[in-house]
Amino acid sequence: MEALQKKAQELLTTCRANVVIGYGQGSDDKPRAIFVTDPAGADKLIFNDTCKQNLGVYLMKAEVKKLGKMGIFATKPVMRTVVLLASENQLTDIDVTVIGVNEDGSLVDFENLQALENHVKTITFEPDPADKAKIEAIEKMTVEERWAYWQDQLSKCFKCYACRSACPMCYCSRCTVECNQPQWIPVPSHHLGNFEWHMMRAMHLVGRCIECGECGRACPLDLPVHLLTQKMAADARKDFGWQAGMSLKLENPLSSFKPDDKESFIK
Amino acid sequence: MTIERKKIKKESLGQWFEKMTAAGNRIMAPKRNKKQVCFETVTSPAEVAFDYVQTTVSAKRAVFPPVEEMLAYKFADKETKLEEKEIKPQPTVVFGIRPCDADAFVTLYEVFSRDYKDDLFLNRWEQTTFIGISCIQADSACFCTSTGGNPGNTKGSDVLLTPLKNGDFLVEVVTEKGKKIVTAAENLFSSADSDIDKESLLAKLPNKFEGKDMKAKINAQFDNEALWSRQSMRCIGCGACAYVCPTCQCFGIEDERFGSKGKRIRCWDSCCFGLFTLHTSGHNPRHTQWQRWRQRLMHKFSYEPDNLGVPGCVGCGRCSRACPTDMNILEHMLEIAEEKA
Repeated sequence: MEALQKKAQELLTTCRANVVIGYGQGSDDKPRAIFVTDPAGADKLIFNDTCKQNLGVYLMKAEVKKLGKMGIFATKPVMRTVVLLASENQLTDIDVTVIGVNEDGSLVDFENLQALENHVKTITFEPDPADKAKIEAIEKMTVEERWAYWQDQLSKCFKCYACRSACPMCYCSRCTVECNQPQWIPVPSHHLGNFEWHMMRAMHLVGRCIECGECGRACPLDLPVHLLTQKMAADARKDFGWQAGMSLKLENPLSSFKPDDKESFIK
Repeated sequence: MTIERKKIKKESLGQWFEKMTAAGNRIMAPKRNKKQVCFETVTSPAEVAFDYVQTTVSAKRAVFPPVEEMLAYKFADKETKLEEKEIKPQPTVVFGIRPCDADAFVTLYEVFSRDYKDDLFLNRWEQTTFIGISCIQADSACFCTSTGGNPGNTKGSDVLLTPLKNGDFLVEVVTEKGKKIVTAAENLFSSADSDIDKESLLAKLPNKFEGKDMKAKINAQFDNEALWSRQSMRCIGCGACAYVCPTCQCFGIEDERFGSKGKRIRCWDSCCFGLFTLHTSGHNPRHTQWQRWRQRLMHKFSYEPDNLGVPGCVGCGRCSRACPTDMNILEHMLEIAEEKA
């Protein structure tokens, strides 16, 4: 923790960052995101294994960007988030300095995004085993069972959009669901509206979801919406050998064309 | 009317529920589903959760559903015809709301009946009976005593139950509506011993701030951008706080068209969304999250008390518990109270 605080001070005093995004102490022993702009405030930074929120979401928040160059303490999912956002031309070396935080709390100082990409390519990412098991259980269901399962889950959704707001990849300034003249997908949180919303969200994240699980954690109703995007990520891995947030080159399977793309789905 | 005190045995609740159902009532009560306790339609007390501090989502949907049809229309022969809908909500008993929630229903009533009489709301309201249960436990997010309430407050409840040590309930019949629902099952209730000390049964929740001073304090901070920015920097602008809140009542109106037919629907909305105040011109008077956060708190602690004479926040703590980024409303209010004017 001391190393982390020292690193934040160093970033701020050497102007490698004007604001450092990290975790601090929140309510009832929960961690929360904090934004350190003054080296004297760096002692508020903490890190432990309850620090799960994907802080990458703040790299896209206008009010945070306005503070200047952002330094971020990045766990594995956040590293991938930064690489993905950079590949989509949302971040450059001018915007962000990344300090990797390994599971044991040790730090990796990345000189630039290229160094981050090089590092990310050397580490393996396994989806959360509990979530993987849940996805497999859902895959084993019959179509009717699966339909009933998602009907039950998604009918509870009241469209607070915490899933969207918590996701660093959902950075559109105007989401399709908010266009109502004409309506693309139904805005109300009735059954059809909820189904279309969650399907659209999952589809927009194919090959972009870095499997941090933040959407599911953010849901106040505890709906397993992260399983939808993680299933898409698993499919992208299986069908295209693609894992999001591993390369600075924009090669997302659904938005890039290759002459040797598989066409086995055309029947 | 003066409050009448009675007693009911826990095992008699089942028969009371049967009477209520037989009278055509739908019963909504807290039900446990894994980690969450939410209001759902139930038929017997066996389904009801009693051992919780607060439900995740409030019971406001009983009178203000997240999605509600306002009107339907049809286009035929070059003419649009409105289809009048007869509003006949099912009589409903909301069982097991907390005293803070009951207080919140009074706020909702004021909003929907103040000048424009909102039929959709009022028709449901008239058909709804609120049976509260006093709090015997509270957690760190609770602060009803700072917003004018208390763990055994009868305001807003038609009947208020207070759990006794032996599992039975002290029954306080607060309103005529409450009297009706108790009288319909009169044989289940016995007279309460006059020595029951209700106060001793309740959760102890010390006052965290002076609710009556808060309006002046928050008004004094209106232009303090640094304060609002600092507080809202971690807010990600979702609507979780508003949607779990028992008093938030903002809605948006959507038209859904299916061929030559259509419906106009009102849906819950939240002032924390950027779209909430976005004008057609593209101008947004609340274009930053700190302005939206300020609006949320000002509305609850200044505008609503001013315009309606009722609290805009009842201290239930749901938003603090539900927030994915730990925006703790109590902590923020304490900071505002201490900030220099």
